[in-house]
Amino acid sequence: VAVSTKSTDRPTATQSFSVIGKRNRKVEGRRKVTGQLLYTDDIVLPRMLHAKILRSPHPHARIKGIDATRALALPGVHGVVTGRDFPVPYGIIPWTRDEYPLALDKALYIGDGVAAVAADDERTAADALKLIEVEYELLPPVFSVEEALAHPENQVNPFAKVGNVSKHVHLSFGDVEQGLAASDEVVSDTWFYAGSTHAPIEPHCAIGDFGPEGLLTLYSSTQVPHYLHRELARVLEMPMDRIRVIQPGVGGAFGGKSEPFDLEFAVARLSQKTGRPVKILYTREEVFYSHRGRHPMRLAYEVGATRDGRLQAVRARIHIDGGAYSSFGLVTTYYSGQLLCAPYRMPAYEFDSTRVFTNKPACGPKRGHGSVQPRFAFECALDVLSERLEIDPIELRRRNLIGEDTRTVNEMRVTSNGFPQCLDAVERASEWKKKHRKLPYGQGVGVAGSTYISGTNYPIYPNDMPQSGCQIKVDRSGRVTVFSGVSDIGQGCDSTLAYIVAEELGVELEAIRVVAGDTDLAPVDLGAYSSRITFMAGNAALDAARKLKRQVREAQAAVWDVAPDRIELAGGFALVPGDPERVVPVAKAFQAAEARFGTLGSTGSYNTPGQAVHGEYRGGTIGASPAYSFTAHVAEVEVDEVTGIVTVKKIWVAHDCGRALNPTLVEGQMEGSAYMGHAEALFEEQDFQPNGLHRGPSLLEYRLPTSLDTPDMESLIIESLDREGPYGAKEAGEGPLHPSVPAIANAIYDAVGARVTELPFYPGRVRKALAARRGPWKGR
Amino acid sequence: VKETFRLAVNGDAHEVSVEPRTTLLECLRYELGLTGSKQGCDKGDCGACTVWLDGRPVLSCITLARTAEARRVTTVEGLARSGRLHPLQDALDLKGGAQCGFCTPGILMSAAALLESNPQPTEDDVRQALAGNLCRCTGYTKIIEAVLEAATTLRAARSAGEWP
Repeated sequence: VAVSTKSTDRPTATQSFSVIGKRNRKVEGRRKVTGQLLYTDDIVLPRMLHAKILRSPHPHARIKGIDATRALALPGVHGVVTGRDFPVPYGIIPWTRDEYPLALDKALYIGDGVAAVAADDERTAADALKLIEVEYELLPPVFSVEEALAHPENQVNPFAKVGNVSKHVHLSFGDVEQGLAASDEVVSDTWFYAGSTHAPIEPHCAIGDFGPEGLLTLYSSTQVPHYLHRELARVLEMPMDRIRVIQPGVGGAFGGKSEPFDLEFAVARLSQKTGRPVKILYTREEVFYSHRGRHPMRLAYEVGATRDGRLQAVRARIHIDGGAYSSFGLVTTYYSGQLLCAPYRMPAYEFDSTRVFTNKPACGPKRGHGSVQPRFAFECALDVLSERLEIDPIELRRRNLIGEDTRTVNEMRVTSNGFPQCLDAVERASEWKKKHRKLPYGQGVGVAGSTYISGTNYPIYPNDMPQSGCQIKVDRSGRVTVFSGVSDIGQGCDSTLAYIVAEELGVELEAIRVVAGDTDLAPVDLGAYSSRITFMAGNAALDAARKLKRQVREAQAAVWDVAPDRIELAGGFALVPGDPERVVPVAKAFQAAEARFGTLGSTGSYNTPGQAVHGEYRGGTIGASPAYSFTAHVAEVEVDEVTGIVTVKKIWVAHDCGRALNPTLVEGQMEGSAYMGHAEALFEEQDFQPNGLHRGPSLLEYRLPTSLDTPDMESLIIESLDREGPYGAKEAGEGPLHPSVPAIANAIYDAVGARVTELPFYPGRVRKALAARRGPWKGR
Repeated sequence: VKETFRLAVNGDAHEVSVEPRTTLLECLRYELGLTGSKQGCDKGDCGACTVWLDGRPVLSCITLARTAEARRVTTVEGLARSGRLHPLQDALDLKGGAQCGFCTPGILMSAAALLESNPQPTEDDVRQALAGNLCRCTGYTKIIEAVLEAATTLRAARSAGEWP
């Protein structure tokens, strides 16, 4: 297994590239703009049935019995499955397998799947659902963190070890008491981060197709085909080698498709029972109830600093509303504390996080998993601190920089770090010095910073195998086929692999085919989560491509009788620079290599550096990453004092992505992230009625910002050239979301002197904060 | 009971036989195999199903198929000409305006309709024209850039007689 990149390959600013760093098209882009890319629901198999899932109308109810006789008798109905068809529990985290594909003994939230029906068409399946008789015994539900902790006897999830506690983590580094005592100023306050959901425009969809050989092919709009593959094998009690998972085009995910869902198990079992392919397409309402989105968190912080603005100690106490199941909750609970320790130096840090179960749809990982909420609270606390100490907020952040090649207080290894440049960039571009505390009343600017992981150092299930694999096939036509298990969910990872391989092998982009998202064809990659693909799959592709490149150069060197290292492969040619006699189409060099070495192919792998990058304490592995990205935002807002309406005028986003392998794609991630953060600040809330019903499970009532609501955004790419990233690259998909919310909150304060501490910043909350302000705003 | 009627889609004549409650989107996707138009919400909220009826954008998921009888339906599959991308399609691809691509067909149909009625739109015109199409990936920035660039390209192509 290749471990990271060798020091001789260390990226430099003066490297020149043919493909990397250019604004190239995406490999599948033209299929998207012509409507030809196939998503799961676009696939129609012969004899395919359609299924629907019956969902619990009660938030907490024991299932006494299910009678599907009448449903099965309906013409056009071919099969029914219930919880009894799936006695094995599953869960994305191996230590918290606490859900069944369909409720076995009890339903844990309104919308929990209870049974599924396969029929000739969707409408017949929907009619059949009404004929299934379920006898429920109602149980007392709990809906809030407080209720859940106060009433452990009303246990939501029977797999919980203690009452309704899903996970509790307490970690302490350095002497927090002493640090707070040594502080001249301590900010102590509580913030609330509301839940929100991913709302990809493509609803979840899956097709199960059980072949006569006993092989299952499962098509799904998943972003983690490998983990889905494992859980399917477990729940269906089949060997993994009899299951093929295909991930067609995915219409957005954002973390919302990063674990198995009821529909995948249901179509598999229904196909097995009926002997026909079965499809389920979620309704939009089902997408809202399936959720796995941003956890609501109540966050209490004490942040202490000396008079000159140097942080001394940070203490956090966090309560997390997890909903009915664990999902990634074990990780979420750690992340809520573990990812706060950069980009600022803190001598002492302590956090105490508790995730609880409630009778609501389960929360999970949404873009910036677990760390967006604490980042909001902490960056707001820094703003309060800067005001009390009368230090400019950007200057305060500069006084606490953690720097490069260092360790955080919780012992995470930090390598490249472009955060100072991020601060400089947003300060300059936003004309911060002319605006902060200087704009007319009602207008303001706010700043915030953050860090995020480029993949997790450890896979979800412990193993020593590579996190990313890649195979490359080169043939005499000049075509290069790249096989990888990566999941393109719109972020452009298929293209990223193509850019890397094209750069190394010197072929034109059009000569590259990427075969991905198919467990039968491609080597394992762990999936599109935790911003891991560019770094990890990118390195695996680089490894595979460089092995082939060596063979091609060696073969062509023999033809030309020159040293192999004098041969360059670039732009569709093999050549010796400066020698007009020695240049041939690269396909010729491939032919020379095929003649010399036989059929050409290579494999590449990436695995993480292991223990060197984190502390040796329980939980020290969670939050550890081979590299961290950094971001700074400045937001400019207008606040209407009378209505309390906040309008974001512009967001400047500076992001250290290591190196932009394609600046257009990196900017796309930065803008998409800032948009989504802005939406959480002002628009969106996954909110429930007192009886557990979602308040607005539609794309009308759940307010996604439209083109008219979304502010101007300016992307400022910072390239710190990470020594282990492919060409220096790190993540860009999630980090740039983090500062959005605190930058807007801090800008609201600059505009009108009101501290908003509860999301979303609805007009009523802003007016309430204005009313709490003592006298007129004297900020300027 | 199924009804049989004729549909003209992207210049092709079809005869379809569907239940009266069938929507235009269902008819296009599942009867005619034109899967470019997408279903994101099924109730007219997201705009991914946008197609043209007689040149005007409509939400095909809340339009009954029968409504389109004897009218011209244009879908994303009908934007390119003889294999050549519409300038909007090209610009959206080049500028990074299509990330996951799921809202893209609807965005294209709304934007193309705008350029038919307003060949020289301002940024604000573009934002207005796209207000019924939700995109979850891009934050709209690169889509708007692409539409503005495509407007310029399309005007030039038309004055040169290279695009109808």
